[in-house]
Amino acid sequence: MKKWQVSSRWLTTSLVAMGMSFPVFAQEDDPIKVGILHSLSGTMAISESTLKDTMLMQIEQQNAQGGLLGRQLEPVVVDPASDWPLFAEKARQLLEQDKVDVIFGNWTSVSRKSVLPVVEELNGLLFYPVQYEGEESSGNVFYTGAAPNQQAIPAVDYLMNNVGVERWVLAGTDYVYPRTTNKILEAYLKDHGVAQEDIMINYTPFGHSDWQNIVSEIKRFGSAGKKTAVVSTINGDANVPFYRELGNQGIDAADIPVIAFSVGEQELSGIDTAPLVGHLAAWNYFMSVDTDANYDFIDSWIEYTGDEEAVTNDPMEAHYIGFNMWKEAVKKAGTTDVDAVKDAIIGVSVPNLSGGYAAMMPNHHITKPVLIGEIQDNGQFSIVWQTPSTVAGDAWSDYLPGSRDLISDWRKPLECGNYNVIEKTCGGGEAQTASQ
Amino acid sequence: MNLLRTIKATLLFWCCVALATPVLAQQTNIAEQDVPPELAALAADSYADKGKAIQALIASDHPRTRTWLTTLLDGKLQRIKESGRFVIVTDNRGRDWTVIDAVDDTPLGEVSRRNIDRITINNALRNQLRSAMAVLDLDAPTVQERLASADRLLGKVDVNLAEPLAARLEAEESPAVRDKLTQALAIYQLQSGDSAAISEAIDTLSGSLNPAVRAALNGVAAGEGEAAESARQALAGIEQKLKLNRAAETLYFGLSLGSVLVLAAIGLAITFGVMGVINMAHGELIMLGAYTTWMMQQLLPGQPGLALILSIPAGFLVAAVAGIIIERSVIRFLKGRPLETLLATFGVSLILQQLVRTLVSPLNRTVVTPEWMSGSLVINEALSLTLNRLYVLGFALVVFAGIMLVMRKTRLGLEVRAVTQNRAMARSMGIRATRVDIMTFALGSGVAGLAGVALSQLTNVGPNLGQSYIIDSFMVVVFGGVGNLWGTLVAGMSLGVINQVLEPWAGAILAKIIVLVFIILFIQKRPRGLFPQKGRAAEG
Repeated sequence: MKKWQVSSRWLTTSLVAMGMSFPVFAQEDDPIKVGILHSLSGTMAISESTLKDTMLMQIEQQNAQGGLLGRQLEPVVVDPASDWPLFAEKARQLLEQDKVDVIFGNWTSVSRKSVLPVVEELNGLLFYPVQYEGEESSGNVFYTGAAPNQQAIPAVDYLMNNVGVERWVLAGTDYVYPRTTNKILEAYLKDHGVAQEDIMINYTPFGHSDWQNIVSEIKRFGSAGKKTAVVSTINGDANVPFYRELGNQGIDAADIPVIAFSVGEQELSGIDTAPLVGHLAAWNYFMSVDTDANYDFIDSWIEYTGDEEAVTNDPMEAHYIGFNMWKEAVKKAGTTDVDAVKDAIIGVSVPNLSGGYAAMMPNHHITKPVLIGEIQDNGQFSIVWQTPSTVAGDAWSDYLPGSRDLISDWRKPLECGNYNVIEKTCGGGEAQTASQ
Repeated sequence: MNLLRTIKATLLFWCCVALATPVLAQQTNIAEQDVPPELAALAADSYADKGKAIQALIASDHPRTRTWLTTLLDGKLQRIKESGRFVIVTDNRGRDWTVIDAVDDTPLGEVSRRNIDRITINNALRNQLRSAMAVLDLDAPTVQERLASADRLLGKVDVNLAEPLAARLEAEESPAVRDKLTQALAIYQLQSGDSAAISEAIDTLSGSLNPAVRAALNGVAAGEGEAAESARQALAGIEQKLKLNRAAETLYFGLSLGSVLVLAAIGLAITFGVMGVINMAHGELIMLGAYTTWMMQQLLPGQPGLALILSIPAGFLVAAVAGIIIERSVIRFLKGRPLETLLATFGVSLILQQLVRTLVSPLNRTVVTPEWMSGSLVINEALSLTLNRLYVLGFALVVFAGIMLVMRKTRLGLEVRAVTQNRAMARSMGIRATRVDIMTFALGSGVAGLAGVALSQLTNVGPNLGQSYIIDSFMVVVFGGVGNLWGTLVAGMSLGVINQVLEPWAGAILAKIIVLVFIILFIQKRPRGLFPQKGRAAEG
């Protein structure tokens, strides 16, 4: 009896060993599939198509170095065409038909929200590279862009403490990211003693092009004798006519600075920046960062695109970090299995492009430095301030009533994206987020 | 063998020399740069130290003070990392930057961006530098320059500046500059704390429309006491004057928005209003016009103004040819089937958008605004009209007049009107209806191209440009009355003004919704728009 047991154990072990060795054999010929879910047509193509190229470049570089786990990487590119429901369909196609091991993708929050249930249902991995409004944490998504506490809050701190701003215009495009961010900022400003009449909030539709009235209103708001600044969450295209109108109406950065969260090198490449010198942007990376890692990245990007004028920006760095983190996690886990990678990636730390390290936190957000840059006449930013050390991303804002009690920790045994520390339950944030 | 070795050695030697020469040359140059301490101080680590260094530099009266301050202000004063040499960057595009020596202007060729250390400034320093430059410019020979620098000093006068400014005021001859300087000094006095000086300053400042003055008065008015009371009175007087200016400003904003609407809609008024073709690709024809402007600027680098003027005929031609192709290949097969035309042209619009994305780029293109179109026309200190919009307003009126002329005074116009009123009869009179169709559609499309040229100065030139204008265009044409060009003009202008009047109260989004609701209600009441076509032709 005992003998049988032993031999059965031996048998199982050897079977498992064989079973394990077989797929490894089979896998060695199979490439690792990397899904890329970025719009290549439609409105968002302007921003997202460069992210696709960033991924392709990194995959190419990795393959040149012998791939990952001895296997080649194979990109699977799909085009969700800036159509939010199509994002979900394409994500399903990537996971079910193409059987990709990981997805890098999305730009707008609404597209991420559309993909979220699919990735969770099919247990995929999604790396999301853009700054966003927070108030979310999924076990299957890794947020490599900035949460509000890694961009908006430090930017406001800078204006308040270093520039002495007392009066605030919060201008944004009318959708979820600016609305949530402005809600957080309004709460934050009031916490710091800013009166209601010193805050002006303004929303405009996507692609707004007639800024005459709003700019003139800002000008009027700014002539009340207190230092005024504009915090802009205006998205994409609409920025060009906005800045043009600022320049034409003679609003100088020295008088009323505008700090933007969605304007990077890419957006500026469509404008003559001479009248905009001194206006600000807050990001976690600028193309002008003075490190060798960054210069190497720029050189390889220019080489890859074949365009001497090609620019790099913050979401590209986020993809750079995300890809390297995933790579390290796969190496650590020794497999591309989703659950193993999910466990392995927490705590992984890789170099970023600004001379420091980015670490994956248990809430699936990463640590990032916050940089404030002033626009220069060559379309670049000159960095005027940065946080002394990196800041860890906070999924749930500390300044909103429903979310300040929530934490996210995907490590065992908690494994919860919205744990309420007061009620000691998981799932406390669902109703709150849904109602927003 | 020996010979070979000698050759090798010689080659090696020359290689070494060749490699070493530039290094040597550079080193001798470094020795030559004798950095004055005032300049060296500018490279301080903290912004506060840099601020002190700037003050010291101004006080030093070094002959190159001006150059260094200007280049520092422009972000062009930088350092070579290894040698610490101060250089001025003359071209900072791309990866290698052209530099010259900051002390003696020796050209140093191109240096990789990696090896350059920027001397950064922030907005506070920029302010300080500008004031400093403004003070230097107060001695400029022309009144204009002096006026500009005096203007810049409003609200920026501090203890250090007050005395030299007062001295300067004594010597100044131009009354305009004197006026500005007096105001600048009065603003300074507002903060002095001496009540007699304050009340005198408030007297000087009352009636001024300058925002800096208003900001300063607001600061005083927020306090308490007699001074605050008189400041409030002065502000009330200013506010009264401002009201009128504000009304004029809103009217201008409205007309400007209206002119954009008219430009975008006028081509559609011809193709949809006169011919009855629902052309959903109209927006993309506008886009083609805008891309033509970009293309012209690429062909004529350095001459954005000339390129823009040349794009007017070019944009018209490109869009007209595209219109002819669309008409010949799609629309003529769908005559009298509006729903199919709508769907087919919508397809064409998607094709054109994606074509531009694939052939040119999905990214927006930069269209440079020529010098004479940037900035604004200053009427008074509270009212200035932005020049680019002023030009577009004028252009819209000229285009409108041109089209009226074509429709009323030329044979083509006559034929168009004949064909649209009664096609069968016009044909039996010997008018070639097909040719008229082509010409009319080409005219409407060409005008859309013109709109694109104008819009390239106001908004983004990108594949989505057309989409944002197509709905507005239809709205204007329907509101104005289909088939009536005057209606389009009046409708565009009035919608623009209504929108801009509503916007400050309701916000941009709500204003748009209110305008749409208003049009829906209006169409319910008067289905044929503002100026309905009369007579039997209107029935058909």
